[in-house]
Amino acid sequence: MKADETLDCIGLYCPMPIVKTAQKMREMQPGQVLEVLADDKGIKSDMPAWAEKTGNEFLGIEEDGPEIKVYVKKK
Amino acid sequence: MAEEDSVTIVVFSGELDRALAAFNIANTGASMGMKVNMFFTFWGLAVVSKGSLDRGKKSLPQWMMGLMRRGGAKHLRLSQMDMFGGGRAMMKSLMKQYKMPTLEESISLAREQGVRFLACTTSMALMGLEESDFIDEVDEFVGAATYLLLASNGKVNLFI
Repeated sequence: MKADETLDCIGLYCPMPIVKTAQKMREMQPGQVLEVLADDKGIKSDMPAWAEKTGNEFLGIEEDGPEIKVYVKKK
Repeated sequence: MAEEDSVTIVVFSGELDRALAAFNIANTGASMGMKVNMFFTFWGLAVVSKGSLDRGKKSLPQWMMGLMRRGGAKHLRLSQMDMFGGGRAMMKSLMKQYKMPTLEESISLAREQGVRFLACTTSMALMGLEESDFIDEVDEFVGAATYLLLASNGKVNLFI
């Protein structure tokens, strides 16, 4: 999936990927897509939850071995 | 006040592990756009105190209590397996290995994210603590009615 920005959260655990996503999204423009790289499995449930709560759009997950790529679009 | 999307956490415990759990939830809530209030009471005051050992205006029992249970984020013990500091050191080392923020870092992060820090004035009197005994993050000194008003306006309420 194509993204405007990438946030590397490899090696970080809850809640840091979510905290960093929220910080990064604040700098982005509406309509832009953020790709978050993570390896803490919790993100697969947490990112859709974060998107639902904040009104941003959760686009999907791509898994490549232990690496998880999560995509969210800024509302 | 109308109902709002808020989280109110009573931090009653003064132990490292419990404080970490409270701040993890607080920081996540703030990242989810929720208003987060942390109400520090009883042993929980230790989490946000400077941990000074000075007697100040404390009575002898208050001073003794402060010496035996030193406040300040970096002095907190674990609720289990503290082993006179050995368990605590091991836990901090593991947290570092897994790139998890320290309690001090979590406190700063919470403040940056707009989490409100409230300290209970009744517990402060009981323990002989004054406003100047707390870290700068604490800017409100309140009672139970303030907590109840904040809590009743939100949907998430925790007692840790």
